Amino acid sequence: MATDQALLGLDNLELGPAPRSDPGRLARKGWAAVWPKLLAIAIVLAIWELVALSGWKQYVFKGPGPVFSNLWNDALHGNLWSVIGVTLQSAVTGYALAILIGTVVGVLVARIPPVRAAVGSIITGLQTMPSIAWVPFAIIIFGENASAILFVVVLGAAPSIANGLITGVDYTPPLLLRAGKTMGLRGFALYRYLVLPASLPAYVAGMKQGWAFAWRSLMAGELVVQIIGQFSIGQQLNVDQSNQDFTGATAMIIVILVIGIVVDTLFTKLDQGIRKRRGLLDPATT
Amino acid sequence: MSTTDRRTAPLGYVPGASARSEGSGPSGPDRAAVRLTDVTKVYGSGARAVQALDKVSLAVADGEFVCLIGASGCGKSTLLSLVAGLDSATSGEVFTAGRRVSLMFQEPALFPWLTAGRNVELALRARGVPKADRRERTRELLETVRLTGFGDKRPHELSGGMRQRVAMARALAQDADVLLMDEPFGALDAMTRDLLHDELERICAERTLTVLFVTHNVREAARLGDRVIVLSSRPGRVIDEVSLPRTGPRRIDSVEVAEVAGRLTDRLREEMGRHGH
Repeated sequence: MATDQALLGLDNLELGPAPRSDPGRLARKGWAAVWPKLLAIAIVLAIWELVALSGWKQYVFKGPGPVFSNLWNDALHGNLWSVIGVTLQSAVTGYALAILIGTVVGVLVARIPPVRAAVGSIITGLQTMPSIAWVPFAIIIFGENASAILFVVVLGAAPSIANGLITGVDYTPPLLLRAGKTMGLRGFALYRYLVLPASLPAYVAGMKQGWAFAWRSLMAGELVVQIIGQFSIGQQLNVDQSNQDFTGATAMIIVILVIGIVVDTLFTKLDQGIRKRRGLLDPATT
Repeated sequence: MSTTDRRTAPLGYVPGASARSEGSGPSGPDRAAVRLTDVTKVYGSGARAVQALDKVSLAVADGEFVCLIGASGCGKSTLLSLVAGLDSATSGEVFTAGRRVSLMFQEPALFPWLTAGRNVELALRARGVPKADRRERTRELLETVRLTGFGDKRPHELSGGMRQRVAMARALAQDADVLLMDEPFGALDAMTRDLLHDELERICAERTLTVLFVTHNVREAARLGDRVIVLSSRPGRVIDEVSLPRTGPRRIDSVEVAEVAGRLTDRLREEMGRHGH
């Protein structure tokens, strides 16, 4: 038997049969992911309703019914969408700025040893610092305006993003570096074609964590920094607190939670996509 | 020319270089593609210093296939790194006569975020091949390693043997005259390895490659080499050299290969015994 025939046969044997197409599989997989979540939400709502029915703090505490009808009315007739819009705009601006700064700092720290020695541990220190502690500082410097909020968001998110990138660069497999260098990749090309793509999973993990910190920092900032003429989620919460409006405040908390979960899910999908393409996911679990 | 014809041709035959392995000694043949002269490599310094190579001299002629064998700690990988220019010798001289050198490892070391085709293409890009030519060159290279149609697969979707062939296509994309191979088939099963031996011979003959092939496997060395160099361990030193004139295609299960492999094994055991007390 000629070598090429044997080799072709061996390749086909090792790759195994092509996966059978199964249109029902996707639907079943989707349902398997959805029902536990629906059940968990149902249980939470049931407990909530039971507490309301028990009469605990009955003058202020309301069940899910009034809260969701408040949310519904606010969505149809109130300012829910403009409130969310204002907050998301700050979130996007602050987060984008954090990615920019975090990435530049990350590359500098990873590339230049003295920079790493100087600020490497400070970045981790900043990461553990509760961002609300920056709010008074930001107000003193910028005054009560959007810049103060952005400052807090950037300080909250940028360290995680920088650290993610640094970790990714540090963990670039040495064997791939050797392969890249034998290929003739040097300097910028080595970064562009090898180090940065190799760092992507850790970088995305850092961005995901950075988002969580950005979202928290943003809420802290909005609760404290009162900007006239810009009605955000945080300010709505403040107003609800002053009015002793339980349903309004709870509705806002639900909005905050949902936005946080939606964005986190997007990052999880992105992360899984990257890992799947690189063969880092166990096929049995996907 | 059919596959069989190519395999019967003497491996890497270069006119005028036929006398290359005739007792030319460490100073080697005149038309050396790679020449090491008294190369010593020490890692670290002071009391912690580890000597990996001790005055190693060897020469590989144009188109020659030389296997390096030795027990653990003989500095085989260090030697390849020096020839590849990834590291520099502590003393002595490494000379590659301005040839392009590429290096293959035991692991394919493919970039997992790129498809097989893109991995090959990146090597072309690193060498400055214009974009317009890269696609066609990539197709040809994948054809050379018999992976036509697999260019869009990602490394993790391929078998170990196929990944190693993509790595070979990538090494060939570097347009190297000298191929350094660091136990390239060490992680593969015996059947795949046998087939890849045939493939490697075919490709080397087609392209007149000079190969320096490191292995632990004495049979593999006896199967592939025009010459086998035996290194001692800690530090690495050339202690023996066997010439294997090529009369026709070899099989790894032939009597001749087994006989040479046996001699090499004895020599290696003798060397290991030195470290046994």
